[in-house]
Amino acid sequence: MTWIYLTSGLILGWSLGANDAANLFGTAVATKMLRFRTAAVVGSVFVVLGAVAGAQGTSRTLGRLGAIDAPAGAFMVALAAALAVLFLLTRSGLPVSITQAIVGAIVGWNVFTGRPTDLKTLGQLMSSWFLSPLLSALIAAALFTLTRAGMRRLKLHLLEADALTRGGLVAAGAFGAFSLGQNDIANVMGVFVRVSPFPESTRFGPFSATSVEMLFLLGGVAIAVGICTYSHRVMLRLGSGLTSLSPLGALIVVLAAATVLFVFGSPELQRLVKACHLPGWPLLPVSATQAVVGAILGISVVRRSGIRPKVLGQIALGWIVAPVAALGIALVGLFVLQNVFELPVSATPRTTAASGAVAGSRS
Amino acid sequence: MNFLFRRTRALEAQIDQFLDAVSEGCLVFEQGVDDYLRRDFESFEERLRAIAVFEAKADALRREVETRLYAESLIPDHRGDVLGLLENLDNVIDQAKQTLGQFEVERPEVPEDLAPDYVALAKAGSQATQHLVDSCRAFFRDITAVRSHIHKVYFFEKEADRLADALKRKIFSRDLELARKIHLRYFCLHVETVSDRAEEVADRLAIYTIKRTI
Repeated sequence: MTWIYLTSGLILGWSLGANDAANLFGTAVATKMLRFRTAAVVGSVFVVLGAVAGAQGTSRTLGRLGAIDAPAGAFMVALAAALAVLFLLTRSGLPVSITQAIVGAIVGWNVFTGRPTDLKTLGQLMSSWFLSPLLSALIAAALFTLTRAGMRRLKLHLLEADALTRGGLVAAGAFGAFSLGQNDIANVMGVFVRVSPFPESTRFGPFSATSVEMLFLLGGVAIAVGICTYSHRVMLRLGSGLTSLSPLGALIVVLAAATVLFVFGSPELQRLVKACHLPGWPLLPVSATQAVVGAILGISVVRRSGIRPKVLGQIALGWIVAPVAALGIALVGLFVLQNVFELPVSATPRTTAASGAVAGSRS
Repeated sequence: MNFLFRRTRALEAQIDQFLDAVSEGCLVFEQGVDDYLRRDFESFEERLRAIAVFEAKADALRREVETRLYAESLIPDHRGDVLGLLENLDNVIDQAKQTLGQFEVERPEVPEDLAPDYVALAKAGSQATQHLVDSCRAFFRDITAVRSHIHKVYFFEKEADRLADALKRKIFSRDLELARKIHLRYFCLHVETVSDRAEEVADRLAIYTIKRTI
């Protein structure tokens, strides 16, 4: 039965692949600097690697926000986030944030089961929604300025600059896909960590994988399937949607966004920072969409070029609609699961009066 | 770095060869006009054959470069500009060849004292094209240097306009048959057109440069 519950996470992973991976390769594919097939293969391989490497990183933060302890609850939380993204926004062709959707759905589970929401974690997550695009904008602006100066100094032939950018787009895309897998796997499979159907250890010849690593490997494969099957359309839309970017601009956008995802999602970087006795920061699942939009804004400020406000407004609207919609869908879905299908959505009883009223209505 | 650029080196060389062909063809044009006016027809015929070779070479190279740019999906964001640039540069050498060909077909009788004016006009046109080729090379390799070459193209085009105007006045102030005056003016216009073509390409190049630097 738990395997069936995992399907909602897999759908969410597919949706993440279709939407967020498009952020990494969108401009490169739309401007025909990269073939979609190349982007899909590179993206798929590195997103799976990143997903396995990201085990226990950002998923712990989501675990603190809501420790979902019943498979049916986890199923509905992931399904609510997937539905919010899939039906509300993906059909419009705009890239949307799964990060916000999953946070909204987890808060919905907390509300429904009467669990207190860890406001500190919620605050950290919400602040990252603003911090990540800001950091991405700063990195992109700095990279763009440095790259432009470097290109002028190097005096590369137009064709050489093209070849260099093309190679850079593949490398940056691989880094971006790895960081995306590492950071956002928590959004896809994080809610299933406590109810994983995999054994404690699985052996592959000389290698062994933990239950969480297997879970995240499965999630990574789902993301890869999303990249291969549906991201092309979103890539073409993104490549010509927000602002007109040159391939070099696209390379910088991907690098900046990937760096932000890596910084917020890499346990290794955290360990390194702590080893150097520097102040650390919480590992947070951040939105690749927001990081990309932030980077594009950063470049636009340096270039003093225009951004199409309507598209920017639609994307910002998506950021608000996604968590609210996921919260609403989670509440309704959990109610249906518990009262119609009589499935336990939580292993422990509710604690608040408000939820007691819901429990009363059930009996 | 060489490993990365291995695929592009051959194409870079072809673009350079194309620019060389345009540049040398326009120098031959200047020498051909000079030979004709000095009545050294043997040398003039040689120049005529030489410019035809350069023009054919430029055509072949342009087609090859265009095909490779499309077939290999290179420089997608500037491909249209580069193709426009190459095609319009090709028009410059076409014009030079055509003008020299008209000297051969129509054999205008240019008064000896007007010959230096025609030579000066051809030289101004040739210099405009040399600076145009330099600005095109800069467009490919050093975008910041394009402006410093383009303004010289404009300078020599204006110089050609001034020389052509003075020459036409001289022609029509003479006591010659009207048909001959018109014939001489016709050749003045043709020689002047080479610098006009160079100016048209320079105008396009200025826009392409702005697009690349944004």
